[in-house]
Amino acid sequence: MIEMHDIWKTYPDGTVALQSVNVVIDRNEFVYIVGPSGAGKSTFMKLIYREEVPSKGQLSVNGFNIGKLKQRKIPYVRRNIGVVFQDYRLLPKLTAYENVSFAMEVIEASKRQIRRRTMEVLDLVGLKHKAGSVPAQLSGGEQQRIAIARAIVNNPSVIVADEPTGNLDPETSWGIMKLLEEIHFRGTTIVMATHNKEIVNTLRKRVIAIERGTIVRDEPRGEYGYEI
Amino acid sequence: MRFSTLVRHIREGTKNVFRNGWMSFASMGSIIVSLFILGVFMILALNVDKLASQIENQVEIRVYLQLGTEQAKIDDINRQIGRIPEVKKVTFVSKEEGLQRLKENLDPDAQSALDGYENENNPLPDAFDVEVFDPQKVADVAKQIQAINASDADQPILGVKYGQGTVEKLFKITNAVRNVGLIVVAGLAVMAMFLISTTVKMTILARRREIAIMKLVGATNSFIRWPFFVEGVLIGVFGAAVTSAILLYGYSWLIRTTQYDLGLMLIKFASMQDVGGFIAGTLLVLGALLGIWGSTVSVRKYLKV
Ligand SMILES: Nc1ncnc2c1ncn2[C@@H]1O[C@H](COP(=O)(O)OP(=O)(O)OP(=O)(O)O)[C@@H](O)[C@H]1O
Ligand SMILES: [Mg+2]
Repeated sequence: MIEMHDIWKTYPDGTVALQSVNVVIDRNEFVYIVGPSGAGKSTFMKLIYREEVPSKGQLSVNGFNIGKLKQRKIPYVRRNIGVVFQDYRLLPKLTAYENVSFAMEVIEASKRQIRRRTMEVLDLVGLKHKAGSVPAQLSGGEQQRIAIARAIVNNPSVIVADEPTGNLDPETSWGIMKLLEEIHFRGTTIVMATHNKEIVNTLRKRVIAIERGTIVRDEPRGEYGYEI
Repeated sequence: MRFSTLVRHIREGTKNVFRNGWMSFASMGSIIVSLFILGVFMILALNVDKLASQIENQVEIRVYLQLGTEQAKIDDINRQIGRIPEVKKVTFVSKEEGLQRLKENLDPDAQSALDGYENENNPLPDAFDVEVFDPQKVADVAKQIQAINASDADQPILGVKYGQGTVEKLFKITNAVRNVGLIVVAGLAVMAMFLISTTVKMTILARRREIAIMKLVGATNSFIRWPFFVEGVLIGVFGAAVTSAILLYGYSWLIRTTQYDLGLMLIKFASMQDVGGFIAGTLLVLGALLGIWGSTVSVRKYLKV
């Protein structure tokens, strides 16, 4: 599903963010990406949803060769990948409902489908009753739930989450993790970068540790392995 | 694109005008200010043009005939002049009429000076008044009329007068005034673009996040562009409509309040019918184009992700 062969990423200013990364993530896996700040975790994620292109190496996601992808095809690859960020990235002027439904308008779904599916995912994230609120009227945890609803509304095969609990208190973080577990359980691959030791050590999954741009550890049901 | 998607773009573009309240307001404001200044100068230019045409239309050719030219020959020359394509109207002015006109142009006290010149004592030649379609062509037409002599041994045409020299000077002035008007209007249009591009730059910054998020969920470039396009057209057209309304209302007020004063000076403003449609039409098209241009520029920059 996600395959990296000898992936290198050098930013235009010369920073080498990833060096010779080799990894295979299968369908319906749940993977934590851990490592110190600046190790290259976000870069790893950005390559998957094609915000950045590898400088060298072979990368395929859902069977698409990301490195050689034509500009015109990028939107269609992204529709099969849901992305969640630490800072939610909701559109401040749209309601919770509109923030989710617009991801379906993008793929030109029918009005009835949009209505049904949007309410369905709002229900799944437990925020049906807040459909009419704009982000400023929602708590951080609620905004992140809306962002997750937006990420899953088109039934992507992969969710890429870059520190989704980074701005949330422990209790709210656990709520978000339960939600991601539920989505994983329904058959979606999840790749999640995190600094949250408690979560990684409690909700045991595969752990890939990156340091200075290289994978230094890759264990099924691994541990966080760093002090905070 | 599905029809429902097009409807979605129009709906979304319309909503965005309201969602981005103050930014829409600023964009519309700069369009209104630019178009207003432009419109004032366009109305001014139209009036100058009208005034210039009024002056030009007073230009006429007077063709004097040899004394004692027979009626048959007069008719023949009348026909020949009438056949020149640029000629609009030929009026025969007999020497009796000529004398009458001369008298009318004098003070009543001085009119008696012409007594005794009637009938066989009338020293004036018969003449034609010739009006042309395009006053700028009088010199050319005058030459063609003069040329009638060449095919006639009697040389029946005594002279052709159209205010030689004065007319050329007049045209130089009216043309210069028109060109200056055109340059000023073009300059203002460029200024309007700059003013609007500044507003656009401000709005871009606020919109880049929005575009980035749309790209993230897999929107194609054209999907992203459409609502911005609709938004631009709406802001531009609405701004132009407001500007037209203000300008034309102000102009009709100006015509109404000044018609008596200026009527005495024989100056007349271009009428509402002459100005209204042209100004409103031009401003609406310009407004729409400015709006489209602004929205296109603001999106293009952030589509290459
Ligand atoms: N756009 C960029 N241009 C240049 N250098 C960059 C860019 N993005 C990231 N980097 C550099 O690449 C390296 C890896 O950054 P990355 O964001 O992937 O780290 P990270 O593991 O996500 O860190 P954190 O845990 O703090 O989020 C860092 O040295 C960073 O400064
Ligand atoms: Mg990061």
